Amino acid sequence: MAKKVGAVMVIGGGIGGIQASLDLADSGFKVYLVDRKPDIGGAMSQLDKTFPTHDCRLCILSPKLKGCLRFGLGQYSNIELLSYADIEKVEGKAGDFKVTVKKLPRYVITEKCTGCGECLKVCPVEVPSEFEQGLVKRKAIYRPNPQILSFVIDKSICPSDCRECSKVCKPNAIVHEMQEEKVEVNVGAIILSSGFDTLNPHLKKEYGWGIFPNVITGLQFERVMSGTGPYQGQMLRPSDKKPARKIAWIQCVGSRDLKLDGRSYCSSVCCMHATKEAIIAKEGTSGSNITCHIYFMDMRCFGKDFDRYYERARKKCGVEYRRSRVAAVKEDPQTSNLRIRYESEEGELKEEEYDLVVLSLALDPPSGTQEVVQKLGIELNDYGFARADLFSPVQTSKKGIYVCGAVSGPKDIPETVVQASGAAAMASSLLSEVRGKLTEKKHYPPEVDVSDEEPRIGVFVCRCGMNIGGTVDVPRVVELAGSLPAVVYVEENLQTCSQGTQEKMKEAIRKHQLNRVVVACGTVRTHEPLFQETVREAGLNPHLLEIANIREECSWVHMREPERATQKAQELVRMAVAKAALIQPLFAMHSSVIQRALIIGGGLAGMVSALSVADQGFEVHVVEREKNLGGNLKNMHYTLEGKDISNFRDSLTTQVQKHPRIRVYKGAEIQNVGGYVGSYTTTMSQADDGSSPRAVSLEHGVIILATGAQEMKPQEYLYGEDERILTQLELEDMLTQPGAGIKKTKTVVMIQCVGSRDKDRPYCSRVCCSDAVKNALKIRELNSGANIFILYRDMTTYGFKESFYQEARSKGIVFVRYDEYKKPEVKLKDGVLQVEVTDPIIQRPLLFSVDLLVLSCAIVPPKDSPRLAEILKVPVNEDGFFLEAHVKLRPVDFSRRGIFLAGMAHGPKLIDETVAQAQAAAEKACTILSQPEIESETIIVQTNERQCRGCGICASVCPYEAIEIDEETKKARVIEILCQGCGSCSVACPSGALQQAGFTRKELLFMVDAAV
Amino acid sequence: MGQFEPKIVGFLCNWCSYAGADLAGTSRMQYPPNIRPIRVMCSGSVDSAYILRALLAGADGVLVGGCHPGDCHYVSGNYKARRRITILKEIMKALGLEDERVRIRWISASEGKRYADTVSRMTSDMRELGPNPVARLWWT
Repeated sequence: MAKKVGAVMVIGGGIGGIQASLDLADSGFKVYLVDRKPDIGGAMSQLDKTFPTHDCRLCILSPKLKGCLRFGLGQYSNIELLSYADIEKVEGKAGDFKVTVKKLPRYVITEKCTGCGECLKVCPVEVPSEFEQGLVKRKAIYRPNPQILSFVIDKSICPSDCRECSKVCKPNAIVHEMQEEKVEVNVGAIILSSGFDTLNPHLKKEYGWGIFPNVITGLQFERVMSGTGPYQGQMLRPSDKKPARKIAWIQCVGSRDLKLDGRSYCSSVCCMHATKEAIIAKEGTSGSNITCHIYFMDMRCFGKDFDRYYERARKKCGVEYRRSRVAAVKEDPQTSNLRIRYESEEGELKEEEYDLVVLSLALDPPSGTQEVVQKLGIELNDYGFARADLFSPVQTSKKGIYVCGAVSGPKDIPETVVQASGAAAMASSLLSEVRGKLTEKKHYPPEVDVSDEEPRIGVFVCRCGMNIGGTVDVPRVVELAGSLPAVVYVEENLQTCSQGTQEKMKEAIRKHQLNRVVVACGTVRTHEPLFQETVREAGLNPHLLEIANIREECSWVHMREPERATQKAQELVRMAVAKAALIQPLFAMHSSVIQRALIIGGGLAGMVSALSVADQGFEVHVVEREKNLGGNLKNMHYTLEGKDISNFRDSLTTQVQKHPRIRVYKGAEIQNVGGYVGSYTTTMSQADDGSSPRAVSLEHGVIILATGAQEMKPQEYLYGEDERILTQLELEDMLTQPGAGIKKTKTVVMIQCVGSRDKDRPYCSRVCCSDAVKNALKIRELNSGANIFILYRDMTTYGFKESFYQEARSKGIVFVRYDEYKKPEVKLKDGVLQVEVTDPIIQRPLLFSVDLLVLSCAIVPPKDSPRLAEILKVPVNEDGFFLEAHVKLRPVDFSRRGIFLAGMAHGPKLIDETVAQAQAAAEKACTILSQPEIESETIIVQTNERQCRGCGICASVCPYEAIEIDEETKKARVIEILCQGCGSCSVACPSGALQQAGFTRKELLFMVDAAV
Repeated sequence: MGQFEPKIVGFLCNWCSYAGADLAGTSRMQYPPNIRPIRVMCSGSVDSAYILRALLAGADGVLVGGCHPGDCHYVSGNYKARRRITILKEIMKALGLEDERVRIRWISASEGKRYADTVSRMTSDMRELGPNPVARLWWT
C-alpha cells in the first residue's frame, strides 16, 4: 500500500481555510495553515456586518479566531500557522505530498512585539492602507489588521538608511536583517482556499473610480461603515468628509459583462451585499435622511432568507431599486457630486445626482492563482477559477488536492464554510487510515489538588513596556496587591508574556506554593490561553487563574488621567483577587461515543453523507421512508451543464447498498429519538416490501438530518385541468421519453416563481431559473423550430450558470419579465390554451397561444418536518425548512450538539451545493465519531440537588436542551456534554440550586463588593 | 474636592460587549475611568441581585452590556437580560428608586466607539444625577 501522511496543508487563512483547519484538527489530523498575508481572517475580517442577519463579523468570527489564537496551544496544538508565506514547490502525489513553503521575513519578532506603537510615530514613509482599502494611509511598519497586536515591516517602501523604528523599540523586537526561510512540509492532502480578489475598478473607466474621489468600491464602503474604520462608522464621503445623504450602488460592475473578456459570469454575492450596505446606511443614526438607490439588472436573492431581506430593504427601509444598467458616472467639479446617466425600464434616458457612488465589483480569482495552481498541478476553468467537479464540488482535477470557497467560483460565507468542511471530509476520507498518527497530545504535570487548601494567591503585575507602565503607576498597584487578604506573593514584570517571565512565573508558583494566580495585564480574551498554559505547566488546574485587564480597559483608554487610571487598575486587581480567593479547579466532563451515525433520508444528501462517513471508517445506518433510495434524483435526468444524472444516481445507490459499513432501512419512519450526543437510541417502524410494520431500535452517536424537499404541485394557472400544463420535473421526464411529442410543439411558455417569492412563500426556490434554462435549451436541441418564452421576475442564473442564460438568449429563447403585481394569466378558450402577460418594457399585454405551458414551481419542505423537528428537538424556520445553528458560520450544525443538517431539508439547493453540504455534515459528524470520548465545555452549570425543587424553570430557559428533570428524583439534571455554559438557568433558578462554574453567585457578588 | 465622580459597575458579556470594550482599548479611544468592568459569559447570566447588590454597596450606576438582538452567542441570552432589566426597572420605579441608574446596551465586538461613548455618556449622566442615595439610606 502506498505511504500516507496524516497531515493536511490548507492554503489560505480566510474563513474557509480556518474552518477546514479547525475541522481537520478536531478529527485527528495535523494541519499546516499557510497564508500569503501577515495576518489571517481574510476578506471576512474587513466586512462590517454580514447579510441577512446583520451579525457583526467580529462577534461571529472571533470565537473561531480564538481557536486560531490557540494555534500551537492546548486544544489546537496540532495546527501550525505559516502566515506571510508562499508556496514554493509541490511534489509527490495523493497521500504523500512534499510542499516547500517560503516564509517571508516580517522584520519584527512577533513574540517580542508588544504593539505599543512607538515605531509608528517615527516611521517616515506612508502608503495607502490595504486593510482600510486605501481610504487612509499606513506606515512602512504597520499592523496588518487592527485586531492583531504585532507589527510587520513592508520592506518595499522602508528606506534602508533610516532604522528609526529600531531605536525607539523598547522590547528590541525589530530585526532589519531578518531573512526569508524555507520550510519543507510532508502532507497527505492539500486544500486550496485562497478566496477571491475584486475586479480592478480601473477596467470600468466609465464609472470614474480613481478619478472621482466619491466613487468608491463596495469593500471601501464596508470600511466607511465600520466602527473600527477610518471614519468611525459615520457615513462620510472621501472628498470632503461630509455626510453622504444620497448614495447610489451600481451592480454588476464587471459581472455579467460581455464587453470585458472572460467576465460573463455572475458574482453571486453582490445583490445581497449592496442590499445590506443600503439597509445599514438607512438604519444608521442619520439613516432617515439618507436616500439609497440600487441600479441592478436582476435581483438574485437565492439564498436562505435573502428574498425576505430584499423585501425588507424595499418595503420597510425604503431602499429604491432601479432596473437599469448604468452607462456612465460624471462628476460635478464644483461640488464633487456625481451624476449617473441611466435608461429607465420604460426606455427613458434619465440623470440623477448623488453624494456618493458605490461600485459592486465583480469577484475575481485571487491574484497569484495561476502560479499556485501550476505548482499544485490542477486545472482552471474558463474564467480562471479552480476547476471543480459538478458531482464532487470540492474535488479538483488532481487526486488529493481539494478546493473550497470563492477560489472555485464566487461564493458567500455560508457556502464557503460548507465547502470548507466538505473539503476537510474528502481529505479525511483519503487519509482515514492514518488519522491520529501525527497529532500529539501535550503532556502536563499531574495537577495538584488544591480544592481544600486555604487560598495562597500570587499576583503578577505587568508593565507591558510602556503600554501599562506609561500610564499606570505600576509600583502602587503592586503595593496594593500585597496588602490584600490571601495574597502571599506579588511580582512586577516588564513583559509577562515573554518566555523568560513565563519560566519565572512557574518557578514562583512552585516555590511559594501558590494555588491561585492573578495576572494583571492585557485582556483575558487574548492572554488567558497563554497563562492557562503556564499555570498548567506549573501543576495547577488551568482555571485557577484570574486576569485583571489593566491594559485594553484601563491604561490604553485613560491615557490622559494617570492618577485615576492607577486607582482603577488597583481596583481591578482588588476585584480579581476577591474572585481568585473563591475560584475552584474546573474539569471538562467526558462522555463515551458510540462510533456510528444515523442518517435520516436516503436522497442525494443522505447518500453522499453516508458514503463520506463510511469512507472515513465509521458505521452508518441510513433510514429512508420510501421503498427506494434516490429521492428527487429519481425524477431528474440531466443537469444544466449537460451531465447525466441517472448514471450518477445509479452509481451512488450501488455504492451505498454495497458498502460494508452502511446499512439501509427502507420503508422506515422514525418514531422516537432518546439520548444525547455520543449516545442516541432511535426507534423506528419499518415496513419493508409490504410486510406489516415492525419496530427497530438503533444505537448511534450522531444524527444527520437529510430529509430533503420537493417540487410543489401548483394550485394556480389551471394546473391539473389540461394535460398541456406541466411542472418542470414533469417536462424533464417527458423530454427524456423516447419519441417525445416535443418535436411537433410550436410554442412553449414557461412561468417562473410559481408559488415562490409570494405572500405564502416569501422565499426564492433557487433551482427553478436554472431548471427552466436547462429544459428550454433541451427543447431547442430537440426542436429547433419551437418558439420558447420564459416569463420571469428576476433571472437567477447565478455564478457560472449565467453563461447558459446567455446561450439560451443567443439561441432565440425569449425572456419576458413580468411584475409581481401583474402575474401572467392562463385561460382555456375553446380548447386553446392562452397565456397573457404584460411586458413592462413596452407596457403592453402579450398574448400567447401555447402548445405547452411549463410551471417552475416552488420547492417545499416535506409535510412531516414539524413532526421530525419535535422528535429531534430542533427548530424549523417560518417556511418549514430546518433552521441551522448559525446561518453564516454553522450552516450544517444545530444548536443541539450531535445533530447535523444537509441538503434541501435546509433550503432549496442544486446538486453540487447539496453534495458539498452533505460532505460538510459528514465531516462535522466525524469530528465527534473520531473520538472514543467527547469533552464538555469547562464552564458549565452545576446543580446542587439538595436545593433543587424540581420546578423545571431551568429546563425551559436552556437553549440547548441540556437540562432535564429526573423522572424519579424530580430534580434538575444538567447534561454536561450539551451545556454550553451561558448561565441563563443559574439566574432563572428561584432556589439558587444551579451555579455557573467559574462565575458563581458568590464569586460575582464578591467582585461587585470589591468594585465599589 | 473636585467634581463628583460616580462609580459605575459594568457587566459585559464575553462575546460582544467585553470584546467591544477591548477594541476601544486597541483603538486607544479615551473615556472616563469611572467604570469597573466585570466579565460574564452572557448578559443573560446577570442576576438582578448582582445589580441591586452593586447599588446597595454604593455604585452610582450599573451598565449591562450584551450582544445586539439576534447576535447572542447563546441564542437568546440577551433577550432574557432585556426582559429581566425591564422588570427590575419597573420595580425600582415602584420603590421610588432612580431606574435610570441601571442601563442595558447592545455593544458588538466591533463597536469600540459605541462602548466608549456609552461609558462617557453614562458617566456624565450619573454625575448630573448625583451620588446614589440608596446605599446611604440602606446602611443608616
